[in-house]
This record gives sequence, C-alpha cells and structure tokens, in this order.
Amino acid sequence: MSDPMRIRAQVQGDKTTVRVLVSHEMESGQRRDGAGKIIPAWFIQSISAVYDGKTVMSAQWGPAVAKNPFVQFSFKGGKAGDKVSVSWVDNRGDKRTDEAVIS
Amino acid sequence: MERREFMHKSSGATVLGLAAAAGLLPAAASAQNAPGWNKAAFETKSLNDAVKALGGSAAVESKDLVLQAPEIAENGNVVRIGAQSNIPGTTQVAFVIEKNPYALTAVFDIPAGTDASVATNVKMGQSSNVYALAKAGDKYYYAVKEVKVTLGGCGG
Repeated sequence: MSDPMRIRAQVQGDKTTVRVLVSHEMESGQRRDGAGKIIPAWFIQSISAVYDGKTVMSAQWGPAVAKNPFVQFSFKGGKAGDKVSVSWVDNRGDKRTDEAVIS
Repeated sequence: MERREFMHKSSGATVLGLAAAAGLLPAAASAQNAPGWNKAAFETKSLNDAVKALGGSAAVESKDLVLQAPEIAENGNVVRIGAQSNIPGTTQVAFVIEKNPYALTAVFDIPAGTDASVATNVKMGQSSNVYALAKAGDKYYYAVKEVKVTLGGCGG
C-alpha cells in the first residue's frame, strides 16, 4: 500500500483550489535496470476528485507524468469544513483514496 | 554479429516463452489497465494522432488557450506545466509532449463548475514542443511552447 496523498483544499470567494501531491513511483517503462532489463511500466492511469457527491476533476494519465505526481485544479463552490476526496487507480490495479477538509 | 549476444538473446526469449506458456509471468508483466483508460490515445506519437484517438479530427491553434511551461527545464524528471482555457464550454484539457516516447501525457475532464485550468508535473526525455489541448464542443484547440531540457528525464 502506498503512502497517503497530501491534499490541500482552500476556498477563496466562490472558488475552491485543490492541490494534490500523490506518492507514487510513476515508472515510465522506458528505464533500464543495472542489468539492462527494462523496468516495467507502473503508473497511475486514472485519478478523480469528488466534492459533495459530484466529480469535480477526473483525469487519465500516461507514464510521462512525473514521479510523486502533483495536480492542481479548482472548482466553483465548496465550503470550509466540507470534505474533498481524491482517488487513483494504477496499471497494476492498486488504488487509493484520501480525503481533505476544505479550509 | 557477436555470438555471445545472440546466444543471450535467444535463450532469454525461450525462457520467457516457456514462462508465459506455463502461466508463470509475474503480475506486472500482465498488468491490466484501469477502467476507462484510453490505451489507444496514450500510445500515439504526435499531436494529430492524439487528437484523432481522443475522437476529434484536427486541432486549431487558439490564443484563448494559455499554456504555462518553462522555457528551460533543468531537470526533465519534473517539469511543471499548466494550462488555462478561456474557450467557452471547454470540457477537456490535455497535454501532449511531442518528443516523448508516448506523446499524450495527461487528459483532464472538466465537469461543469470546474475551472478549465489545471497544472501538473511531467517528465520530458529531451527538449520538445509541449502542447496544451482543449476540447470545446466537438472541436479541439491547441497552444504550443518549446521547452528546452538540459537533463533528460526518461533515463536509459
């Protein structure tokens, strides 16, 4: 199981800005190990965020997203004290969901 | 041809073949893709192919799409890029890195109520044109910027 995501959600006016730092290797499948063998690709393929039962961001990623990925997005609405949850699935079928309280 | 290398390759292939036949390959080698992941799009090599695989026909350049990317990236392992689309009705924002082995990097769906403005970190193997791609209605728009990479991020 991977480490928790670091999620920061801040409301300003009518807009909530969310910054997510995911902990994931994001192995591209292009690198070789010491013996010259290709290290198999291992990366997050889908990530989404939910607020108030509604999807506010969803994305598909390829292997070129950086290690320990960062995402920033913002949506209308959002109240301080409410929760935003972020989930991802990688190409091995591993998944993780974390929540953050909007401040 | 070096005999040793040839022997090495052929025996390796045989072992792999046997392992596959016996169902012994590790899980990573037969990894499944996440539901809804657009495999065809992520295997494209150019902006035009990526647009086609996403269901569009061609992309036109737009000044209403703003791509934020550095002119020079010292470390290709982590390059911060972002895009903001001021095109009304934008439903998708994607990033394409022309010279990466797989050009399409990320596709963000923008539901109603979410800003058509996203940022993320990407890896770049070498200096390349970086494209932001936005979908509004059934049309695709792009913005482009060249990013110079002084240290590649796809190692090898």
